[in-house]
Amino acid sequence: MNYVSDVAALARKDLLLELRAKETLPSMLLFVVSALAIFHFALPRGTSDVAARGLLWSALVFTALLGLTRAFVAEREQGMFDALVLTPVDRSAIWLGKAIAVLAFLVAAEIVALPAFAAFFHGLNGRTVAAVALADLGICTVGTLFGAMAVAGRARELLLPLLFLPTAIPIVVGGVGGYLWFLALYDAIFGLLSWAAFEYVVVET
Amino acid sequence: MIRARGLAKRYGDRRIFAGLDVDVPDGGFLLVTGPNGSGKTTLLRVLAGLAAPTAGELELPPRQTVGYLGHDPLVYRELTPLENLALFARLYRLPERGERVGMLLERFGLWDVRHERVSTFSRGMQQRLGLCRVLLPEPSHLLLDEPYNALDAQGAALLDDVFVEERTRVVATHDPARVERLATDRLAFA
Repeated sequence: MNYVSDVAALARKDLLLELRAKETLPSMLLFVVSALAIFHFALPRGTSDVAARGLLWSALVFTALLGLTRAFVAEREQGMFDALVLTPVDRSAIWLGKAIAVLAFLVAAEIVALPAFAAFFHGLNGRTVAAVALADLGICTVGTLFGAMAVAGRARELLLPLLFLPTAIPIVVGGVGGYLWFLALYDAIFGLLSWAAFEYVVVET
Repeated sequence: MIRARGLAKRYGDRRIFAGLDVDVPDGGFLLVTGPNGSGKTTLLRVLAGLAAPTAGELELPPRQTVGYLGHDPLVYRELTPLENLALFARLYRLPERGERVGMLLERFGLWDVRHERVSTFSRGMQQRLGLCRVLLPEPSHLLLDEPYNALDAQGAALLDDVFVEERTRVVATHDPARVERLATDRLAFA
């Protein structure tokens, strides 16, 4: 029960910080809508559904990357990992709280992005929406782990895409193909790995 | 109690310190001095369990009994003092959180600004809030890195009061005069 309330408190704190700063979500919204608009005008009429879905997934992955880049700004600039790590909170709760906050931003961006995609291209089906929902879980769990790792590095803006984008390839494959079982399996495996690995990310070696 | 034997820390090829023995008995006060860049901060981070030593044996208290203040006050600048302390009080699972938070804000002169964002505070006020965060769980061990930084005379006097309380204390400073009389052990970095 403590674990759940710790995660809730940490996620609430991140949502409150974003509510005050208004830096991450507006950037994500602007980026995803702009990207879809550019793709709409760049693609010839009569483009196949598969090509359009591929562009949707590209836009979503890069939008998520934008959110992940900003996810640990407060912890980095104000050294907050040190304060959080010294509390009796399980370290994985810090990861889960952050992943939930990133997920909330991503879902908020998608609430605008998916209707925009439907308007610009060929509409949406339930399978694509389900795939996006499943992919969001994988993106946020893995991306949050890599975000924390990148914070410790010197070239953090470079490090996060280098770590995150290769692991996002299966998400794009599963998303474009609509392989829901594959996305669910990805979420389970990488979610568990990220949960277990976070402990080793937050303490300096 | 804090105990270290043959402690060493390197960052790549750079040796920060090596072969260091540290003993701080319960209730003791270790004063760590030395110029900037001599390894004081790194030692405190190692003793707080925030950085792993490259070599050596360490005997540290449980992490929730350690109050650590680094160069930064370690508070969220976009939250208010009340929100910061309420968050940490919850994470430390303190009973009667509201009372404890209120008492600390009063003690450090931050009650009147409890609803204002920390980003609007002076560095000295942020340091006071950092001290509130450190003292929130009533830690038995204090590890403080240049704690007098940015504090005005009133803030420094409040910190003096904290140091006379019965705790195990490790304080790093390049200006030891203020706490010299309290120190039971000294460690000087060259």
